[in-house]
This record gives sequence, structure tokens and C-alpha cells, in this order.
Amino acid sequence: MSDLTLDVQGLSTHFFTRAGVVKAVDDISFQVSRGRVLGLVGESGSGKSVTGFSVIGLVDAPGRITAGRILFQGTDLTKLDERALRDLRGNRIAMIFQDPMMTLNPVLRIDTQMIETVQAHDNVSRETARQRSRDALGMVGIPSPEERLNAYPHQFSGGMRQRVAIAIALLHRPDLIIADEPTTALDVTIQAQILAEVQKLAREVGTALIWITHDLSVIAGLADDIAVMYAGRIVETGAVEEVLDRPLHPYTHGLIGSVPSRNARGSRLRQIPGMTPSLLNLPPGCAFRSRCPRADAACEQDPPDTHPVAGRTLRCFHPQLEMVA
Amino acid sequence: MLRRLIQAVFVMLAMTVIVFIGVNVIGDPVEILISPEADQAERARAVAALGLDKPLWEQYWRFLLGALQGDLGRSFVFNEPALKLIAQRMPATLELALTAVLLSVVIGIPAGLYAGLKPDSIGGRMVMGLSIMGFSLPTFWIGLMLIMVFAVQLGWLPSTGRGQTAELFGVQWSFLTRDGLAHMAMPAFNLALGNIALVLRLTRAGVRENLPMDYVKFARAKGISPRRVVFVHVLKNIMIPIVTVVGLEIGGLIAFAVVTESVFAWPGMGKLIIDSINVLDRPVIVAYLMMIVLLFIVINLIVDLLYTVLDPRVRLENKE
Amino acid sequence: MSAAEAAGPAKQETPFRRFMSEYAESPVAVASLIAVVLIVGIALFAPWISPQNPYDLAQLDIMDGRQAPGTKSLEGITFWLGSDDQGRDMLSGIMYGLRISLGVGVGSALIACLIGTAIGLIAAFAGGKVDGGLMRLVDLQLSFPSILVALMILAFLGKGVMNVMLALVIVEWARFARTARSAALVEARREYMEAARCLALPKWRLVFRHMLPNCMPPIIVIGTILVARAITLEATLSFLGLGVPITEPSLGLLIANGYQYMLSGKYWISFYPGIALLVTIMAINLVGDQMRDVLNPRLKK
Repeated sequence: MSDLTLDVQGLSTHFFTRAGVVKAVDDISFQVSRGRVLGLVGESGSGKSVTGFSVIGLVDAPGRITAGRILFQGTDLTKLDERALRDLRGNRIAMIFQDPMMTLNPVLRIDTQMIETVQAHDNVSRETARQRSRDALGMVGIPSPEERLNAYPHQFSGGMRQRVAIAIALLHRPDLIIADEPTTALDVTIQAQILAEVQKLAREVGTALIWITHDLSVIAGLADDIAVMYAGRIVETGAVEEVLDRPLHPYTHGLIGSVPSRNARGSRLRQIPGMTPSLLNLPPGCAFRSRCPRADAACEQDPPDTHPVAGRTLRCFHPQLEMVA
Repeated sequence: MLRRLIQAVFVMLAMTVIVFIGVNVIGDPVEILISPEADQAERARAVAALGLDKPLWEQYWRFLLGALQGDLGRSFVFNEPALKLIAQRMPATLELALTAVLLSVVIGIPAGLYAGLKPDSIGGRMVMGLSIMGFSLPTFWIGLMLIMVFAVQLGWLPSTGRGQTAELFGVQWSFLTRDGLAHMAMPAFNLALGNIALVLRLTRAGVRENLPMDYVKFARAKGISPRRVVFVHVLKNIMIPIVTVVGLEIGGLIAFAVVTESVFAWPGMGKLIIDSINVLDRPVIVAYLMMIVLLFIVINLIVDLLYTVLDPRVRLENKE
Repeated sequence: MSAAEAAGPAKQETPFRRFMSEYAESPVAVASLIAVVLIVGIALFAPWISPQNPYDLAQLDIMDGRQAPGTKSLEGITFWLGSDDQGRDMLSGIMYGLRISLGVGVGSALIACLIGTAIGLIAAFAGGKVDGGLMRLVDLQLSFPSILVALMILAFLGKGVMNVMLALVIVEWARFARTARSAALVEARREYMEAARCLALPKWRLVFRHMLPNCMPPIIVIGTILVARAITLEATLSFLGLGVPITEPSLGLLIANGYQYMLSGKYWISFYPGIALLVTIMAINLVGDQMRDVLNPRLKK
């Protein structure tokens, strides 16, 4: 499909630490098409950030990609050398991080940090680069961009800083943006604004977007598709309304159920019993079985990818088919 | 800023009190301030002239007034105003100290960068090992060994003294002549050793601390070349603490030049003070101490100013 | 360690054993520790093990002066490391010199430790203005280079072993004070201190039986480093002629004695004492470094 921007097949990223091997990402597969938004959801430690870093090739020692293919517009990123990857980063694939205070260099001016991004991939003059930076700032809704260019990161508010980060990501009109919890550190109102901006821009430019978060409510309003991660594996994928309304995997079901807004006032918040297992010593079989109300002896095997319903992928021996019946 | 200035004045005053007590209260001021070779009549005259028969606080007041006017007594040995002697020797010491600072930055930062970027390489480990030796070894002995190897055995460099100097702005400097540079090479390097180790370790620690930071990852995610990431992004962040430390160490270097100047017979303030202590030329000692404290305070103030200029976060805070 | 003490003698070995086994993880550190023990041993037993007593004039002959290493003296002993201008055996001179160097270095560090720790604890406990005032004094002291402070004191008081020790103590106490104070402030927040306070124990008991033992590790680490610095500083001062007298020469003074002979190629008079000094300082520093790494909770995996 020429429409498929990103096709991840069987990706595994392991961290080889002194204490043992941490399988942060274990055999995951997902796809993102042009102009679509994929929400990658999971609790902390589920491996979603590592997935993002794996795609853009910034997994640092002691971790590395151990298996799988990452097909970006047909090219396998795992086979590219560092030089080729660097050409793509910031250019065709961009990333937005969680805390903009830490991601923008505090001692360099905004214009320096934007101009260098432009000049890293386009051989243009400084003046031209500056012009493009100014335009990008305007595009994300930052008022008086000319003055702002001369400022330092700490002179911006949190929401503004994140808009700058988004502007930087958009400088070269990338085909894929990976956003790693970009609004977690911001107020809810700012968050809503930024979500709206990003959605609009993605539609206009046709960028594929991977939005990594633990917040289901964000995904509900923003994403087209959703992939749920647990303990380094993707347990369920599908279109967002379908998965959220009719979750097939017990974990997804539990996740949705534990969102406070979905609970009736005064009733006890529903929790998924137990704790996320340590990624160092994962028991064989389904990673969720220690906490799953439907687990039985069959779950001691690794569940394979299944497609119980069209357009949905699932890794479970006991899907909640009653939901879609 | 104003507070700092007031603090500085305070420290200077405290220094004058300490020096005054050291000279006039501890030990017999008559012995200390009057040349031991004077006879009875000369002594009596000197006592009256120096006001040693007056009450202590009045003596202090006279001392302070004299100091403010630049009169800190006359040297017994040279029979010249002590302050003038110190001032004459100051350029030699300053030149040595500043060259040492330059060396510590020029050698320390690149070496530290290398050790920080490649900590597990042979070069990286060697550099760290050398740095441990650098600040734990006795400087004066290293100086002796340098002389032994480079001057006595190899004959490449002159062993002692300052060599030729050339004039600039009315002052004699060594770095303007080739002979002067040859003479300055070993002492400056010797003096710089401890600092090189310090700058090296600071740089390395800074690199290791900054490399895993988010802004580095973000810069890489933008596709910025690794060279730029290190030399622009990381370096600018490391520079601030390094400049501060180096600036503050200049005072320490000027003080420690005492040792280097003695080993290499470099005619600066330091050698003068050691000689003066040995022959009990107290006015010179007093003049040296006052001058050093003044230098210290000035340097600290400059470093403070420099810090606000360098760190944009501090600079803009001050403005707003 | 106080928890271990409270639990009884059987458990007391465990933290110490653990410390020793962690310390032993670095072969360099173990070698350094052995070196330090050897050096201290040499210094202590010098009068019995040195070939010659270099300060007994009856044993010297000026005709033996400036002999290269390996030559035999007129009395038949071998100058393994050569002889100085007075005919003294360098090896013996170094052994005796170690006594002075170590004695002054360790002695001044111990005194500075006592004074500094006391002041640091007082500052931590008293808090408020007392703390502020004492710490300002500490900062002032530390902002001056040690050599300058030592020079000043020796310039006013004159030379001699006692004055050198006084100068060293004045230079060093501030670091002890600061370390003791930070350690005390950290410990004061711990639960066992709360518990002890709840039991309404008298203050001095709190400090000495409970807090002090737990503050000791960082103080010991800084103490090791300061011993090395004291030895270096004393050597420097003696080299400059401002330190110990000729009758009780430390390694620094020995080096100074050999200075004038270097240019004529008789390197051994300065070289070997320097090596002895170097090895001593480095060994002590390496031991201190490893102790710090082992005792530093932040560096633990």
C-alpha cells in the first residue's frame, strides 16, 4: 500500500543490563497510514517510549534493536547506517518529547535551535532558515514570532515551549511524527489547544502521527487508531472508537474501566488487581495472566496475533467476544 | 552587586586588622618593623617615627591611613617602599599565572572532552589516571624533575630565571620574546598541572552528566551532526561551571606561584615574599598580603560578573 | 554501624566485613592500602631498620658526601640510594624523614579533625545564627588558598615544627567542619534520631553515641584526603625553608637540600626523597578515593 507510512513488523528491543536482559519491547507489530493518528497507549514501563525511540533509531546502550523490521515508506530503518538515519531524523521523521524544558537546550536561543534544524537538512542561508523558523512559529500559533526567536527557552511558558518543539518538528514537513507524551506535563486547557493544533496540522500536511500516552481520554479525542501495550507487547489494536467502546482484551477493558470519568460518582474506582510484572523476569506465556480474571492453563503459552474481528488485532486466548457479539 | 562590593570592602578591612595584629601584636613590633641592625639611638628615633609608643588603636589607624595612601612601609632589605617593590614584581607573577590558566584550559578541556566521550577507551582511562596524579603530586618536586629532565639532561629549556623581556604598555613581559617564552614554558606548565587536572575532571564530569540529558537526545532527533551536538550544545552547558571554577582558581594560582617561582627562580612577587619571610623583611610581607587579598577580591568580583553574562538564565533574571 | 552495635557483637563484623570486601574489589586500592601500611611501618621502625642513623654525627664522614647510589661508604655500609652533601645515607634519611612527614601530616589532620568535627556538629545542632556565623567563617577560610594561609601564619609566628602543625591545623579544620556539619544534618533527619529523641535521651548522648558513629564514614574519607594534603603542604613549606628545622628534616627539607646539586647532575639527593613522598601521597589518596567510592551511597548500583 503506497499509503502506508510506517509498517513495524515483529520489533524487539532489549536492554542488556548487569542485572539481566530487559525485554522492553517484545515482538510488536503495528502500522500507521498517511495522515492517520495512531495512539500508542500503556502504563509507564509498558515499552511505549522505547518503541518511539526504536523507530527513530535513538535507542542507547545498553539497549538495541534485536529483531524485526521497521519499514518507513518501504525502507527498512533497521538496516540503515547512522548517517542515513541522521538524514531522516528531523527531516522525514520527527520526534516530540515529553518535557519541553529539558528538551530545549537552556543556554541556546530559540532561533539557534531552529535554524540549526533547518540547516542540518537544507543547504540554505541563515536568513532563509530564520525566515522559515519564523513561519513555523506562526503556524503553531505563537504570537510575535520575531521577538520570540531571540528568546531563551526559560522565558516561555510550558505550553509555548511545547509549541516550539512542535514547530521544530514541522520544519521540514515530515512524513511521520512521533510524539512521546507531549502534553502530560501541561495543564488540561493547554493540552486541549495543542491537541487541536496538532490534529489540524496533521490533516493539512498529511503527516502520519504516533501519539504515545498513558492517558486514554487524550486518545479518545485525537487518534484514529489505537494500539494498547502491556509489558513490552502490543495486546490489542484497532480503530479507536471500536476498541474503546468494545474492548476485546481483558487488559484494555480494565484500563478503560479504571478511568475516573467513566465511573459513576461515589462508586469505588475500579482497579486492575496486582502490579505490572518486572520486565527482567517475565514469566513465559501471556504477560497479563497474573492479573487477568479470565486466565487459565492455556495462557501459559504466548498468545499469537489473532484477528477475531475485521480490522482488529488481538493477543489473547480468551477475548471478550461477548462485547462484539 | 552592591552587596558584593560591601562584602569585599569588609574583607579587606578584616585583612588589615589581621595583618596589623600579626605584625604589631604577635611578636615584638620593635623587632619586627625596625631593622635588626639598628642601634639604640636609631631605634628610639624609629619607634617615635613609627608611632610604636602610641596606643594600639591609634597605631592601627595610622596603618590604615597609610595603607589607603599606598604607604605600607619601606623594605629593610631594599630600602624602597614595599608597595613599589611588590608592584614591580607583579607583572612577572601575573604573566605566569595567566599563562598557567591558559594552559589548563587549552589542555584540560580537550582532554576532558575526550575522556568524557570515550570513557572506556585506553586513551580515556590514561587521561583520567594522569589527572589523578596531576593534583596529588607535590608540585615543587615535579618542578625539580622537569628542570632535571629538560634543562640538565636534555638541555632543551633554560632551567631558571626569566630570560629576555620586551616592553608593552610600559611593563616588561616575557611572552613577547622567544627567549622569554622558553624560560616561561616549564614554570607555567608546572604551575598549571593541578589546574589541568581539575579542568579535565570537570569537563569529563560535565560531558558525562550532559550526554544522557533530554536536550541532547532531542538535538539528535532533529538530525544534528554529532560534532555539533558536542561542541555547541553540550560544550555551552559545561562552560559555565568551568569558567567559574577556573576564574576562582586564578587567585589560587597567583598564591601558589610562590612555590613555582622559588623552584624556577622566577622573579615575581612569590619569590620576593619567600625571601622576605626568610630575612624578616616585614613591610614587604605586609604589602604582599594586602596586595594578594586585593587581587583576590577583584578576581572574585569579575568572576561573579562573568557568570551573569554567561548564563542566560541568571542574566535575564537580573534584568527583570 | 550503631544499629549493628546495638544488635550485639556477633553482627558487628558484618558491615565492616562488607566494607572490606567491597573495598577489595579494586586491586589498585588494595595495593595502595598495603603500601600505606608498609610506609607507616617503615616510619615507625626507622631507628631499628635503617642502615645508619643520619643524625648521629659520630656516624658521618663528610668524605662520604655526594656519593652516587650503590657506592660503599668509608665505614662499609652501602649507600643504596646515594648520600647527601654531609655524607648521610639517603635511604636512612628518607626513613627518618618519613617519620617527620607522617607525624606532622597525620598529627595535624587528627587535631584538625577533632576541632573541625566539634565545630561542625555544634553548627548543625545549634542551627540559626550560630550555624550561619560558623559557616560563614568556614567559607571565608576555604576561599583562601591553603598555601597563603600557611605562609601568613609562618610569617608572623616563625618556623618550627609546632608552628607548622598549627598552620596545618588552621588550614584543615574548615573542611572537617563542613563535612561533619553536612553529615550531621543528614543524620538528624533519619528515623533512628527521631526514635532516640522520643526516648528523651540527653542531647550529648544523642550526639556521641548515636549520631557521631554514623557521621564517621564521610569524615574518615575526608580525613584520608586531608592527611595527604597536609603531608604535601608540609613538604612544600619545608622545601621553601619555612617549615621544619634542619635538625628534624622531613622529606620536603631533604628535597630542598638536594636542589642545589641537581644542576650538577647529582639527582639522587632530591629524587629519591621525592619518590618516597610521591608514593606516600598517592597511596593515601588512592585509599581515600576507594573508601569514598565504597561509602558513597549514591554510587551504589
